[in-house]
Amino acid sequence: MSEIWRYLETNGDDVLTALVQHIWLALLPVAIAFVLALPLGALVHRYVPARHIALTAGSVIYTVPSLALLLLLPGILGTSVLDPINVVIALTLYSLALLVRTTADGLDAVDTTVLQAATAMGYRPVRRWFTVQLPLAMPVILTGLRVATVANVSMVSIAALIGIGGLGQLFTRGFQLGFYLPPIIIGLVLSVALAVIADVLIVALQRGLTPWARAGAR
Amino acid sequence: MSLDYLLDAANWSLTSPDGFPQRILEHLGYTVLALAIAAVIAFPIGLLIGHTGRGALVAINLGNAGRALPTLGVLMLALGLVGIGLVPVTIALVVLAIPPILATTYAGIRSVADETVDAARGVGMTEAQIAWRVEVPIALPIMIGGLRNASLQVVSTATIAAYVGLGGLGRYLFDGLATLQYDQVVAGAIVIAMLAVAVDLALAGAQRLLVSPGVDGRGARDRPTTVRPEPQPEPAG
Repeated sequence: MSEIWRYLETNGDDVLTALVQHIWLALLPVAIAFVLALPLGALVHRYVPARHIALTAGSVIYTVPSLALLLLLPGILGTSVLDPINVVIALTLYSLALLVRTTADGLDAVDTTVLQAATAMGYRPVRRWFTVQLPLAMPVILTGLRVATVANVSMVSIAALIGIGGLGQLFTRGFQLGFYLPPIIIGLVLSVALAVIADVLIVALQRGLTPWARAGAR
Repeated sequence: MSLDYLLDAANWSLTSPDGFPQRILEHLGYTVLALAIAAVIAFPIGLLIGHTGRGALVAINLGNAGRALPTLGVLMLALGLVGIGLVPVTIALVVLAIPPILATTYAGIRSVADETVDAARGVGMTEAQIAWRVEVPIALPIMIGGLRNASLQVVSTATIAAYVGLGGLGRYLFDGLATLQYDQVVAGAIVIAMLAVAVDLALAGAQRLLVSPGVDGRGARDRPTTVRPEPQPEPAG
């Protein structure tokens, strides 16, 4: 225990830098994927051929191992192997594959009678989509967002194997120091804490966005 | 991107200790060992929780926490505690594989309709018979979905074995990076991705063989088939 504190005292700045970088590398892709998934999910929900294409593309992306993707992207994009942009793009692809699917599932799950009622009340399609359909689809979409976020937080660590920052660097540091445990344990604790905090924040967001779920709770 | 290394016949020699066939076998070895241990741990627990409905919250939360653990960190911790070798790598991969197998086993068993379980109880089956002969066959597609998910993650993560001095396909990635031979890295990455697809297809084939035609709808030409929710896939680790 005391060794962990001593490590934090002497390397606190490095740990903080790694943590901040980890947050960026894990959460930026989720944010990008979330924004892109809404229109794409709507498209997939609406057009059957788009659904087949999206689901197939999604499963193909899933089968590509993250480390392999991280190393193949520089060859495809012409970026440097050490460029963090590879991590952002790789994780955005994974998150997008998951979120397009859950967005479509969420939109599918909205009761059509509710939409008919909204139309009958004079809602135009665009307003109906944003104020009725999307909010009702939110619980399913946010479940996907939770899975993507937790997966990303734990996946970013892999990037340290090829020399990109984040909490994974604490693991490789411990390895280089001959399995010196303090940085390894700090990295594990911070990584799990980050995943848990992000998850709790999304649950809070969900409660805020779906007030009817609480009102109707039995 | 240069494919020279991948297409060089010398690297596909069956006898070479660092040729692709040998590395693929090592990689599959780590994968199968970890999946087998994880299945032996997670299937019975998932079955028990799914059948009795007790302890579900604890198991699901532990499973989710396990999902948040970075495998690289678990590996380093295991190395620090038990020393270098196959054991720490296997521990890390088992920790990675347990959550998806446990969660889908539980979800699969819970998805069996209450009426079905009641009917089985009504015709005089014991609890063990209900679990083995009714719930497991019906839950099998979802359970195998979890195993496929776990195998994808383990195949892709087994690359880290090479980082700590073992073999497997990760060798090409780390050796190539260390010597700046990018064609070797590309070759390794492509072979790993192909292996992941091949393992997934093999398990999909096993699913067709193992799942009763009555369960997945193949046996019911004239009856409407039941729509079952597909397990949510997860990104490979």
